[in-house]
Amino acid sequence: MGEDHHIIPVWFFVGLLLVTYGVLIMGSGIVQFSDPPPTVLSELHAPVWWGAVLILIGGVYVYFFWPKKS
Amino acid sequence: MTASFPLSLLFFQAPEAPGASQKLISLDPVDIAIIAIYFAMVLGIGFYLKRFTQRGEDFFLAGREMTAWVAGLAFISANLGALELMGWAAASYQYGILAAHWYWIGAIPAMVFLGLVMMPFYYISKTHSVPGYLKLRYGEPARALNATTYAVMAILMSGINMYAMALVLKLVLGWNIHFSIWVASITVAIYVTLGGLFSAIFNEVVQFFLIWLGALLIPILGLIEAGGWDGMVARIRQTFPQGDYTHLWRTMGSFADNPMGIHWTGIVLGLGWVISFGYWTTDFLVVQRVISARDIRAAKLAPILASYFKMAVPFIVILPGLLALAVLPFKLVPESALGPGQHSYNEVLPLMLARYCGPGLLGLGITALIAGFMSGMAGNLTAFATIWTYDIYRSFIRKAAPDAHYVKMGRASVILSVLISIGTAYLVMQFKSIMDYVQALFSFFIAPLFGTVLLGMLWKRATPAGGFWGLLAGIVSSITMWGLVRADRRMLAYIALSTEARDMAENMYRALWSWLICVTVTVVVSYLTKPKPVEELTGLVYGCTELPSEGHLPLWQRPIFWGGVSITLFVILQMIFW
Repeated sequence: MGEDHHIIPVWFFVGLLLVTYGVLIMGSGIVQFSDPPPTVLSELHAPVWWGAVLILIGGVYVYFFWPKKS
Repeated sequence: MTASFPLSLLFFQAPEAPGASQKLISLDPVDIAIIAIYFAMVLGIGFYLKRFTQRGEDFFLAGREMTAWVAGLAFISANLGALELMGWAAASYQYGILAAHWYWIGAIPAMVFLGLVMMPFYYISKTHSVPGYLKLRYGEPARALNATTYAVMAILMSGINMYAMALVLKLVLGWNIHFSIWVASITVAIYVTLGGLFSAIFNEVVQFFLIWLGALLIPILGLIEAGGWDGMVARIRQTFPQGDYTHLWRTMGSFADNPMGIHWTGIVLGLGWVISFGYWTTDFLVVQRVISARDIRAAKLAPILASYFKMAVPFIVILPGLLALAVLPFKLVPESALGPGQHSYNEVLPLMLARYCGPGLLGLGITALIAGFMSGMAGNLTAFATIWTYDIYRSFIRKAAPDAHYVKMGRASVILSVLISIGTAYLVMQFKSIMDYVQALFSFFIAPLFGTVLLGMLWKRATPAGGFWGLLAGIVSSITMWGLVRADRRMLAYIALSTEARDMAENMYRALWSWLICVTVTVVVSYLTKPKPVEELTGLVYGCTELPSEGHLPLWQRPIFWGGVSITLFVILQMIFW
């Protein structure tokens, strides 16, 4: 997409946002080890592994759609 | 509801007194940071894309250079709004898996049909809009009728969307209604004014990921808690022994056997045929995303790719409602019966979000809801800007102006429509019944328009007079049936063909009758009037248009192959959940 205009692909923006969110969510998940929230199944530490999933998916998009210098 | 699909709001009733409810969720600093980053990202995208939207084709049609994936995800996102998520999760708590009909039979066949049969004509005719196609096929009167009604509806829906968003944020987070309306609408106005459809589509793709990744944890953790699908079904049967919440078709044999009060003929013919095909193939808000595709194969593939995601949406919308039936320690009630300390059906999704998600994940879930609302508004604004500028302003007010003038007009119309939408939002705040009337108003046009466009594309004998009078007759008959039921509830028994029919059945059968009346009038008037010469129908009608062959492509690159796979999966799902 954007070949005519040389626009940065939307996938790059998606990747950037997901990596940022992944870091924030994983970070808050690590903090929650010592102070778990009053949620059901908090012992599964969902923010930690879900944050990792976001970083992984986002990282793939950032890597493959990093804006090239034309 | 993001899109203009009125049915997604049928289940979402506005709380009676904003401010009366206590907020459901409290946010931590990390959640606020996640929401703030989203706002910064959408504005940043708008500012970045401004430089690429100098021509009309860029601003209104995103340069017609979207890949099938981008157009497909924008197509599905334009429909996947926050009210859509909350409304259908509420419906699945109330009616069980029957709500999935709106995602499966109410979407998949129509999306595949759009890709394989109708998209080639929208694309080859090089039209910029659905009213634009009507102009080419039937002439100015049909276009004028469709363009003016759609433009008004798009703005009203945008205002309703805005008000609903503010109400939900008030209910869930305790945010001030005026703050929500102004911040969200100014943000949307900035990024759509700057980047036009480019901006809207980019943000819809981002929103697609946010919604999926923000909502997916609820069914995953819910299934773990409930002990898988079987555990969930067992718990529901134990708590609600009187109802069947987990079968799609088994209770559809009679109006009285299911909580929706609808018969399978209404679901198949009303929803599966007329309403679904009408919405997915003629509502410009979604069709605009596909028209922006870079070539005809991408345009055909986009709605077909989208159909796979649409098929999976019940996993993040319907399943949370069913899981709530199984795991919540209290019962939810209708909005009208809400007492102190109770929660309504509409709150099921935020309640499930708060049940499983702590700081961080909560911010992601709330951002997904806000993103859904904002892209819904943006969708209505871009559709309005295109129809106002090209189908009304350029056609009836200033016919020959430089391209740059129309881009300026498009940008100005976005700002103006945001202001009118804000006005509508405040009007709805004062008079809530307007919300119901606007939804009804939208439903008047969907079914007849489908009849007009379908005959226009597939029947070369359809004449300009036939198209116009058929469309008008369909709309008038739909309004008449709606008015009759409002005047006398007993009329519902005649329209839906059963004394046990309920409101949902009225929508289905009213759509079916108005479509049949539109088609009948179009056919009769067409036979009485002079048809257009065949050479004027090239690129517009089946049989007069040379469609590009795909025979040289390998099977896996052909849209018809992926359309066939989609329909097969759809049938398998019906059998699994029969």
